[in-house]
Amino acid sequence: MATPKRPLSPFMLGSYYRFQLTSLSSLLHRATGVALAIGSLVFAGWLAAAAAGEGAFSAYSAVLASLPGKAALFVFSACLVYHLLNGIRHLAWDAGHGYEIPKAYASGYAVFALTIVFTAVLWYVGLTAGGAA
Amino acid sequence: MSLRNPLARAKGLGSAKDGTSHWWHQRLSAIALLLLTPWFVILMVGLLGDDLATVRATLSQPLTAILMTAFVLSLFWHARLGLQVVIEDYLHGGTELLMQVIVKFAFALAAIASLLAIGRLYFLA
Repeated sequence: MATPKRPLSPFMLGSYYRFQLTSLSSLLHRATGVALAIGSLVFAGWLAAAAAGEGAFSAYSAVLASLPGKAALFVFSACLVYHLLNGIRHLAWDAGHGYEIPKAYASGYAVFALTIVFTAVLWYVGLTAGGAA
Repeated sequence: MSLRNPLARAKGLGSAKDGTSHWWHQRLSAIALLLLTPWFVILMVGLLGDDLATVRATLSQPLTAILMTAFVLSLFWHARLGLQVVIEDYLHGGTELLMQVIVKFAFALAAIASLLAIGRLYFLA
């Protein structure tokens, strides 16, 4: 079957398509979901390292505590908070609540604001109480 | 009377008949993760910087091991279902097939590795 080279939807983004909060939060839900799927594999590796022994665990911990490791953990944590909060929004929609445009915008702003607050609190607690990871 | 082409019916074309099941399992695992993730995050922040002995002692506690098993099963099931849809939407043809197989194997392996790790820490504690 011939597959013509048609422009697919992302070509609209930016130049022809004005983002709204609702479409942006939906897109971010997917993007953070993909990031978290990768993060879940990193967590599986951490569990395996903890079960394997001292050598594997200290090597894994050192990678996570390095600057790139910390940066990745920061991205994963922010994605996790966002995906969890926006997931509540999605579950509410699935149950038939909050579809009205003002409500969808209000819940969207709430998710963005709470993501910043929760991620900041998480890292404040982690860096003060938990030491330098 | 069906308006569907008899050849399409004979070939089994059309709906794959498991759309509702996928949707439902995605939500079910979402609800499980909604309940388990706050516990997981608090646990992991508490373990930051701890040595292996502390990490092992924590993970081998019965309630922690049970909740961690529930968490990883929900997590990898949810991730697998989610990535499946993303791949279906953005990749096509041979690349799609290859990625679907890779993702399914990768997350099945991650689940098995996690369960064995939790089991090892629990039973050898």
